[in-house]
Amino acid sequence: MMTPGTAVKTFTMDGKPFSATEEETILDVARENGIDIPTLCHLEGILPTGQCRLCMVEIQGSGRLVPACATKPEEGMDIITDNPRLRNYRKMIVELLFSERNHICAVCVSNGHCELQSVAQRLGVNHVRFAYLHPRFMLDGSHPKYEVDHNRCILCGRCVRVCEEIEGAHTRDLRNRGIRTMVITDFDTPWGESPTCTGCGKCVHVCPTGALAEKGKSVAEMAKRRHFLPYLAMRRRGGK
Amino acid sequence: MTNEELLAISEKEQELQQQVRYRIMVCSSTGCLSSRSDEILAALEAEVKQRGLENEVLVKKVGCLGLCAAGPIVSIQPDGILYKEMTPEDVPAILDRLGGEPLEEKRIDTHQPFFTRQKKNALENAGVVDPERIEDYIATGGYAALIKVLTEFSPSEVIQEVQKSGLRGRGGAGYPTGLKWSTVAKAEGEQKFVVCNADEGDPGAFMDRSILESDPHRVLEGMIIAAYAVGANQGYVYVRAEYPLAVKRFRTAIRQAEKMGFLGQNICGTPFSFKVDVRLGAGAFVCGEETALLQSVEGNRGMPRLRPPYPAQSGLFGKPTLVNNVETYANIPAILRNGGEWFAQTGTEKSKGTKVFALTGKVKNTGLIEVPMGITLREIVYDIGGGVPDGRKFKAVQTGGPSGGCIPEELLDTPVDYESLKALGSMMGSGGMIVIDDRSDMIDVARYFMEFSMEESCGKCVPCRVGTVQLYNLLGKFQRREATEEDLKTLEELCDLVRSASLCGLGQAAPNPILSTLKYFREEYLAKIRKSTPVEEA
Repeated sequence: MMTPGTAVKTFTMDGKPFSATEEETILDVARENGIDIPTLCHLEGILPTGQCRLCMVEIQGSGRLVPACATKPEEGMDIITDNPRLRNYRKMIVELLFSERNHICAVCVSNGHCELQSVAQRLGVNHVRFAYLHPRFMLDGSHPKYEVDHNRCILCGRCVRVCEEIEGAHTRDLRNRGIRTMVITDFDTPWGESPTCTGCGKCVHVCPTGALAEKGKSVAEMAKRRHFLPYLAMRRRGGK
Repeated sequence: MTNEELLAISEKEQELQQQVRYRIMVCSSTGCLSSRSDEILAALEAEVKQRGLENEVLVKKVGCLGLCAAGPIVSIQPDGILYKEMTPEDVPAILDRLGGEPLEEKRIDTHQPFFTRQKKNALENAGVVDPERIEDYIATGGYAALIKVLTEFSPSEVIQEVQKSGLRGRGGAGYPTGLKWSTVAKAEGEQKFVVCNADEGDPGAFMDRSILESDPHRVLEGMIIAAYAVGANQGYVYVRAEYPLAVKRFRTAIRQAEKMGFLGQNICGTPFSFKVDVRLGAGAFVCGEETALLQSVEGNRGMPRLRPPYPAQSGLFGKPTLVNNVETYANIPAILRNGGEWFAQTGTEKSKGTKVFALTGKVKNTGLIEVPMGITLREIVYDIGGGVPDGRKFKAVQTGGPSGGCIPEELLDTPVDYESLKALGSMMGSGGMIVIDDRSDMIDVARYFMEFSMEESCGKCVPCRVGTVQLYNLLGKFQRREATEEDLKTLEELCDLVRSASLCGLGQAAPNPILSTLKYFREEYLAKIRKSTPVEEA
């Protein structure tokens, strides 16, 4: 029996024993040990918000669902990362995202390297049981280097967080409510006219879909590069 | 301010009010004001002056008298006469009848259950004191609890008293108030905050607004006592900007309390200092959720965040923060004045005290009521509410706003307490209660609440943002009789997803109107399922 207050906690995940430091989340431990939990809003290096709800896991005994990316395991916790209920929920969440905006892969610059697309494939989403909503959003091509197509946006908030937490500019935020919610630049000015945007492109490269892209790149070229993020996050915390 | 000084103010005010032979009170809450009660007040003042009755008749504006359906209401004291549906033209007639036979055609029977079955605590002064005069509040014993607490109680003794009372959060979830206070008190930090949640966005709810409009000092006193108990030095009242009268009266109350030394540095000569500011919300339902509310107070977009950490540990600006609802604070002064045990005498085993409800919809006596916990829904709807008007039949009562559910006739004998309502698939909520008659289609009712949740979703998490829209659309298919068996299955699955997977309590509760109507009125859904396959699909 471990004494309370110990730094390392032991718990079980899918019946197997694991341990975690006080800093680690359920998702960290799962990834460390090759357990696949899908996510869309999570990204190493920026703060977790648990908003896409794809990484929900079940806590045995309570039937409670918690986001693996933002929940730290507790001593003796019995976590289930995969069962028919969770699989069905994850599929439904992806279907809801597909039903929300225009996610027609064939005409998207991120076709082939889109996280929404690959999560859908992994989860076996082969049809959408909900009506397509497709609200009409504008495309903003006012920036010289980048463009944003809100119709492809899944509102994961990665661009908002990376701009605030890593670049320190907080150029992006959200406006409106419900399915009219959209990412905006400053006080909803065209991106190209933003006085706060540094043009660093971090938002473009953390975007999981084709919503943010570099101008003039072909589908094959528009692969996102994210390796910089954990490194920058570490440097910002004063690490070497 | 010492206790003696407070008593002197109280006695002087009481004397002033006793000097006159009659006190004519005019309801000046938003409901009655919207039917010209301000003109009645002006007409009364002018007429009293013209008749030279200033020394005999005191005309004053008061808060909500409860029976909104009969507004504008005027109360004549000490005779205990209530007049309904007043107009400025009625003024001479009621002055003529002062001390004589009352005007029967305008008189409200105060012996009816609407008045006799209620028990008031949070609304004790509503309709009695002038909400814009601190002296009037003091005359009813106001701020005595604060002075008593500051001079005789240690912070932990205050918390013990609140714990003894068994008071639970009146915002809806029913978390034990004393426990919340002790958690914030024990949290480490030099700077702590006390926040009053006056966002109240539920359709059909106006409890918090009425309390703030009717008795702002009572809420303020509750907040100051809470701040002393948990060790906070700054408070915020988060109130939606659609409540201009509540905002105005609360701001007036803050200024008056500051002037008398109940707020500011070294309150009542003790080492305790506390300030209160008002923060206006732009009117987003989600900002009633405590973590979203705190974001909004900080000046950010009001979106809920994950808990833990709970606001008690890390709330406003990362500091320990106590968040309570208006009605919760309004209960505090009486608890400290009369003791926790006194409060715990009312109510049920697990739900103590009284609860304020905004009774609306297809019921005769719409209005603001306060009843002891444990009273049955039937007593509220039929005795206090007077039943369904126009000879229609009762169908359901919707409690708890968009997070609640519809309760059918056969369950009307359920006692009103947190656990019983939850067991029925509804909830206490902040206290909206909407009576539905047999003319309403329950799918329409569910869709109405779904539309509200869909429009008000903050957009942060997928199940709530998109799930509520799809639920709304599916209900539309039922309304148009286009739904299939498959749609019913999808509807139920999606309800479960939104309930179990949404990020905050509002998303998690959003499917409740559908789930409860599916449970109690399933035949209405089944009746709307398309029976035959259309030819083109066959």
